[in-house]
Amino acid sequence: MTAVLPDRKTAYDVERIRRDFPILHRTIRGGKKLVYLDNAATTQKPQAVIDRLVTYYSEENSNVHRGVHYLSEVATAAYESARTTVKKFIHARDEKEIVFTRGTTEGINLVTSSWGRRHVGAGDEVLITAIEHHSNIVPWQLLCEEKGAKLRIVPVNDAGEVIVDEFAKLLTKRTKIVAFGHASNALGTINPAKKMIAMAHANGSLALVDGAQGVPHLTVDVQDLDCDFYAFSSHKVYGPTGIGVLYGEQALLDAMPPYQGGGDMILSVSFEKTTYNALPYKFEAGTPNISGVIGMAAALDYVTALGLPNIAAHEQDLLRYATGRLKEIPGIRIIGTAAEKAAVISFTLEGVHPHDIGTILDQEGIAVRTGHHCAQPLMMRFNVPATGRASFGLYNTREEADALVAGLHKVVEVFRG
Amino acid sequence: MSSGDLRELYQQVILDHNRNPRNFKELPGATKKVEGYNPLCGDHYTVFIELDGDVIKDISFTGNGCAISKSSASVMTSTVKGKRTDDAEKMFEIFHKLVMGEPAGLSEAELGRLAAFSGVSEFPARVKCATLAWHTLHNALQGEQEVVTTE
Repeated sequence: MTAVLPDRKTAYDVERIRRDFPILHRTIRGGKKLVYLDNAATTQKPQAVIDRLVTYYSEENSNVHRGVHYLSEVATAAYESARTTVKKFIHARDEKEIVFTRGTTEGINLVTSSWGRRHVGAGDEVLITAIEHHSNIVPWQLLCEEKGAKLRIVPVNDAGEVIVDEFAKLLTKRTKIVAFGHASNALGTINPAKKMIAMAHANGSLALVDGAQGVPHLTVDVQDLDCDFYAFSSHKVYGPTGIGVLYGEQALLDAMPPYQGGGDMILSVSFEKTTYNALPYKFEAGTPNISGVIGMAAALDYVTALGLPNIAAHEQDLLRYATGRLKEIPGIRIIGTAAEKAAVISFTLEGVHPHDIGTILDQEGIAVRTGHHCAQPLMMRFNVPATGRASFGLYNTREEADALVAGLHKVVEVFRG
Repeated sequence: MSSGDLRELYQQVILDHNRNPRNFKELPGATKKVEGYNPLCGDHYTVFIELDGDVIKDISFTGNGCAISKSSASVMTSTVKGKRTDDAEKMFEIFHKLVMGEPAGLSEAELGRLAAFSGVSEFPARVKCATLAWHTLHNALQGEQEVVTTE
């Protein structure tokens, strides 16, 4: 089928783009217009992605890499063509470097289990930053506990930026790998990834980038970044949930043992010896999330057609506008004021717990995240138990930022009378 | 929903107890000390109880969280202070029914300040906030000492 893609020749027309997302037109809470500002948690899906899933299940459903029959050929072709789409999207060299996973979390766990168990030993160090999501903390903690290695943390400044001088100091001859987010889900901070990767490599350490919040906002070029691993999730970039990608540099992936055993990851099995399949199938045990992979490719096609630089420019405009307007609210504190930021605004309101903010905004039809954003150590760093977070996507508007500000004025009214 | 419904949730008693929580301190003579934690929203309290036989001679709490959880902890301590433990457990049952929107079997006058939490039943996501301190008290009275959650 031919997906309906936006016309790349026209200027960024957000109203037209909004028409591609059916959920944005529903009302909630007794007729309130939905104002969806929880894009860092998950993004909404364009009709092109929804249609692609329907077409797959209506016309193409079959298992991949197995059957000689027609449908299996069609499904396999769509599945493998999606791998090429991903390869192009993140500018990898080869399809062999694209491993499909359940999401960013599984991608990182794959690296800690397969590469980590083989290469990290007692006394070695793993270096992460203070603004990581739990998914880029806990897998490394598990590895370090198992191996007697040490997890070291690069501090951030009061703006929520990684202190590069401290990063340099913490790189030692024992540092086996450095792992950090391309952009922070909680604060929006965009890390100087290329520089940090170069510093890691100069030190003889590998570098993994948690790209969950990078891929939706930034043009990702894994060759230019020169990272060893890059993990991301489809659902943060307008695709289905339950599917994601681990990019790994080919020679590294080749040398790594399998992560899980099962079908599809083998060439031949006997009770004496099993020969593993070639890359990337060695890391894709079991029947994969075929519809998810195909739906993700439709999402990446959609984003590519709009153009990531155009999306980024639109989101940066929203970030500037919303930040300026939020400062009008008495008692607001914006947490995370990095010079380089994705369109994520974390905030607290004096005298009001974020959970109460979330409930009151929800009554106005406004969806924001409240809580610790799966980054509890970061919350401790800024001495707040939780924050409210508005995160913008390619379809948000200045009017929606205005609605957020009006909603927060209502919060103030309820709490301060 | 209109902001009128919000006023049902954030009643004056709740806003007042949130701003000026009662019995909000540590209790040096506590015979029991139990933590309550909601990992999802980060509500985190410690409830201190001084038992004299089966009477709650004194009770206090510390910690932080949303207005619903904090005011509920405050009202709870005021309500059960001086009560017998089995009466406190009965109050918890009544309170639980109230926030679940079930008939509590008491008039508004009998409920007293607890009645302020009746609006919570319209906000299912907030029931766990309202009951966190009560669950913590319950577990303290049952003799459990580990961290309590209402997730």
